[in-house]
Amino acid sequence: MLQVSIYRYNPETDQQPYMEDFEFDTQGRDLMVLDVLEQLKARDSSVTYRRSCREGVCGSDGVNINGKNGLACITPLSATVRKNKLVIRPLPGLPVVRDLVVDMSMFYAQYEKIQPFLQNNTPAPAIERLQTPEDRAKLDGLYECILCACCSSSCPSFWWNPDRFVGPAGLLQAYRFLADSRDTATDERLSRLDDPFSVFRCHGIQNCVNVCPKGLNPTRAIGHIRTMLLTRAT
Amino acid sequence: MDMVTAVTSLGRNGLADWLIQRVTGVILLAYFLFIAWAIAGGVDYPSWKALFEQTWVKVFSLMALLSLAAHAWIGLWAVLTDYLTERLMGSTGNFLRITSQLVIALGIFIYVVLGVQILWGY
Ligand code: SF4
Ligand code: SF4
Repeated sequence: MLQVSIYRYNPETDQQPYMEDFEFDTQGRDLMVLDVLEQLKARDSSVTYRRSCREGVCGSDGVNINGKNGLACITPLSATVRKNKLVIRPLPGLPVVRDLVVDMSMFYAQYEKIQPFLQNNTPAPAIERLQTPEDRAKLDGLYECILCACCSSSCPSFWWNPDRFVGPAGLLQAYRFLADSRDTATDERLSRLDDPFSVFRCHGIQNCVNVCPKGLNPTRAIGHIRTMLLTRAT
Repeated sequence: MDMVTAVTSLGRNGLADWLIQRVTGVILLAYFLFIAWAIAGGVDYPSWKALFEQTWVKVFSLMALLSLAAHAWIGLWAVLTDYLTERLMGSTGNFLRITSQLVIALGIFIYVVLGVQILWGY
């Protein structure tokens, strides 16, 4: 029997959060963590979490699984269960709405801050803005982010300053637009990042790289932004 | 959205602080290696005194002294603005942070003044 322990908190009825234990029979199958949650919800419908696509595309079921952030839908039990225990908590550092559901407002506010859309002040061409295959390749490893927040909510700098440090997810997207040959707002974008918090609260401990379910590398993108700031200033 | 401002940060912008932190780090490393090398060669009072009577050693020491001051301010400033904040503790956070900054600034000031006096005063 798999020992499952789930963080429970309903602000309407609970004084404080608690861990609830369940026994779970996998019947020898290597299920995904989300499958376990689904079956527990069938048993107790009050168990609350977010999910949508169930295949690692939508980014809505980011949770903390045995101490490591990840997507419940693409984390097989075999990859995380040790000593027969599965502990599921909400993503750290964000306010809990209920059980495993966190309030992502602060995370989205940082994303909004980096203006995640193409800006180009030259006249629009008749059909589309072209880009060479080489320039397009520069966006690989950046555009794939699904905004699951696994990275930012595993970053200590983001825990302490979620209102001032953009965080790994936001910075990866900031670089995605800085690196885009069709974007002409590079200088303004850099100016908005050149304070002691937005970029420079990153101390390079790479928790973000360690957890990203899409295998992306925010630390490297942050390094590129720093280099761009440095080149611009010197 | 506005840029995050920080009047108490040393360089007033992130890049300057970051660069100062790196450069002072290198100077400090070089200085401590130099001191370690001097000590490893064996020291007694006359040789130590002779070492510090050379102008370049004084200048190097002064550089290390100022580097340490800047390095410490930037590092501690980052720690204080992580843990002693209004977000975490309300106005207590602001009070504790500003008080700590004053104490640290005073400490660093005394340290620099004493250091300069020791280096150039005798
Ligand atoms: S490398 Fe930077 S952004 Fe990533 S977890 Fe560490 S401090 Fe956070
Ligand atoms: S960088 Fe990775 S971990 Fe971070 S939000 Fe994007 S997909 Fe999720």
